[in-house]
Amino acid sequence: MRFISESSKERIPCYRVLDDNGQPILGHNFVQVSEEVAIKMYTDMVTLRTMDTIFYETQRQGRISFYVTAIGEEAINIASAAALAMDDVVFPQYREAGVLLWRGFTLQEFTNQLFSNKYDNGKGRQMPAHYGSKKHNYFTVASTIATQISHAVGAAYSLKMDKKDACAVTFFGDGGSSEGDFHAALNFAAVTEAPVIFICRNNGWAISTPISDQFRSDGVVVKGQAYGVRSIRVDGNDALAIYSAVQTARQMALTEERPILIEALTYRVGHHTTSDDSTKYRPTNEIEWWRVARDPVARFRKWIESNGWWNDMAESELINNLRHKLLHTIQVAEGVEKPPLADSFTDVYDVLPSNLREQEQWLKEIVKKQPQEYPANILV
Amino acid sequence: MATLCQGLGVVIPLSSSNSSNFRLPSRRSISAWKDGIFVVRSDARVSQVLKTGGPNHELLIPNAVATKGGSSVASTSKPGHELLLFEALREGLEEEMERDPCVCVMGEDVGHYGGSYKVTKGLATKFGDLRVLDTPIAENSFTGMGIGAAMTGLRPVVEGMNMGFLLLAFNQISNNCGMLHYTSGGQFKIPIVIRGPGGVGRQLGAEHSQRLESYFQSIPGIQMVACSTPYNAKGLMKAAIRSENPVILFEHVLLYNLKERIPDEEYVLSLEEAEMVRPGEHVTILTYSRMRYHVMQAAKTLVNKGYDPEVIDIRSLKPFDLYTIGNSVKKTHRVLIVEECMRTGGIGASLTAAITENFHDYLDAPIVCLSSQDVPTPYAGTLEEWTVVQPAQIVTAVEQLCQ
Repeated sequence: MRFISESSKERIPCYRVLDDNGQPILGHNFVQVSEEVAIKMYTDMVTLRTMDTIFYETQRQGRISFYVTAIGEEAINIASAAALAMDDVVFPQYREAGVLLWRGFTLQEFTNQLFSNKYDNGKGRQMPAHYGSKKHNYFTVASTIATQISHAVGAAYSLKMDKKDACAVTFFGDGGSSEGDFHAALNFAAVTEAPVIFICRNNGWAISTPISDQFRSDGVVVKGQAYGVRSIRVDGNDALAIYSAVQTARQMALTEERPILIEALTYRVGHHTTSDDSTKYRPTNEIEWWRVARDPVARFRKWIESNGWWNDMAESELINNLRHKLLHTIQVAEGVEKPPLADSFTDVYDVLPSNLREQEQWLKEIVKKQPQEYPANILV
Repeated sequence: MATLCQGLGVVIPLSSSNSSNFRLPSRRSISAWKDGIFVVRSDARVSQVLKTGGPNHELLIPNAVATKGGSSVASTSKPGHELLLFEALREGLEEEMERDPCVCVMGEDVGHYGGSYKVTKGLATKFGDLRVLDTPIAENSFTGMGIGAAMTGLRPVVEGMNMGFLLLAFNQISNNCGMLHYTSGGQFKIPIVIRGPGGVGRQLGAEHSQRLESYFQSIPGIQMVACSTPYNAKGLMKAAIRSENPVILFEHVLLYNLKERIPDEEYVLSLEEAEMVRPGEHVTILTYSRMRYHVMQAAKTLVNKGYDPEVIDIRSLKPFDLYTIGNSVKKTHRVLIVEECMRTGGIGASLTAAITENFHDYLDAPIVCLSSQDVPTPYAGTLEEWTVVQPAQIVTAVEQLCQ
């Protein structure tokens, strides 16, 4: 009689390509990235970082109500998107705006959503940072944790039935892996042999819950084997490692018709959201160490600079352009009017039913009677 | 009115005996008028109501109409075929799966086992394992899978082995299924059907006797219908599958073996319509699902006692067909609601509020609502029988109402 130990002697090793100085580690294979792709990856990572910094400040100034940053996780965001194809359908949690950025969502489109103005393609119905774009195959973010993991398996099943050359990709955090949906989705993806990539951003924190309180397993990667899912642990702050792992996973998912689990180890440098102050539950020096010594953007920059593809001048030009552009998009978005009252009632169903029409009429009449009680910048 | 008449140009009158019932459709139904197939309304009006997405635009004019009196046999001038309610559901599902390759089924034991109530029997053999998918015991997740599949282009029919199990799927149904079309700004639609047996059965225990329609009725973005006869079961199944909105189809554990003769021709019913079971003058009795049969049994007794009840099977639980209900209230001025839901927060409670709000002036007496008691359903047979509304109580209630 022999019990299997609750933990193995050694932790699952972590795949990485670049060392902390951005130099390729000898003997570690990786998928080669062209100069063009590398430059786009780097500029998008910087754009994401700058977006996050400026929009965070915008919330602090009271100009938007809420924001979610991805600081520290730029490599996961951008490199994974770079390794996927546009036809691959993405089911995000809420810390993956970079994937949408890579796919071509413009800064103005991001800003419109944050300001919930009439140009938001969500028609002002979701919280800021809950982006969604059918055009970019990026499914609208819902605040519920891990529900998108099941959706991704359903989508993969749909793609498989239609025999499409595309896979489903879903993102979630370490906390999300505790939800029931995670377990059932992995299990079922394995049973149905669905082409789906599960990417877990293990960033160490679920709001104030550290991973030691989240699970007692060796992270999330070990759970893959329990469900019969091939998995890999990757250094989440190493853009090249993420790129290689995701691209390989995609090939496996499509050619072998199987799900793949990728655990990307990283750190949530920012607060959970603008409603959180993480210095209340973790030491400031820990945050600073990860922000500086383990910065994924700086690390990748060192690699492209050593290849001669980037320099200081390009850097300062990029930063200046970005700041200027972002401040302009904010100014524009702020001035655009909000969606009309009618948009409160449309899209609940495909066609407006009579009870909602009545409710809309009633509301319109009240606003007409007492216009001073209602905001002036909403069209009735 | 002019636009109404133009649209009406395609309405085909039925046999002469029914043409006197011909009425212009309400303003409410204009918005549902699109190209497509014909739908039989409960009073034998035929009109174009539904939008078809599929390749076949079949003209379907069945002669079957809603049931008359207490019998559950549809009167037809053409011979149809007899089947049981669960077979009617299967027939509807099978026809839709043949018509549209995007329709698929997912649920526990729906594949080769054929479903615990045999609604999906034979479908896995016919359409393959991929289209009739067995899921693990994870209701929230396979409902989520259905939602993801629907957003990516499929039309899944998710089966809850018992409606009560869908309490586990509440998160997905409320927060995602009902919401994503709205929060995405209309970019992603969710044409999913969620169905399963619910209601109080024969000693199934409290956990298997839930009436989920009470809990789901508030969720914006979904539609709810309840079938009660093989005829409307097939028609509602087909309508639910063709709808672009998420629809929850409530079946009842004790009604699966009802037998009826249904038309051979294809037909689809309207999701938002109530069914006139027995026209009358003295009192409007509103009911749905299994309670319809208790009401019809009580109606026999009432007729013998000289009453003339009008019985309407509301069928559409969300939204209510206030047009049909309203016309009835305006005629009889008395309303009795008979439901299986519990007293607090059930469909009857909402219906009472809706009727009072809209038709208060037409009521000669307060609305009476007969519901199950606010208790978990006991296992003992006699106790279970008495938590549910019985025909004797319905008779007494009508007598009191008509005093």
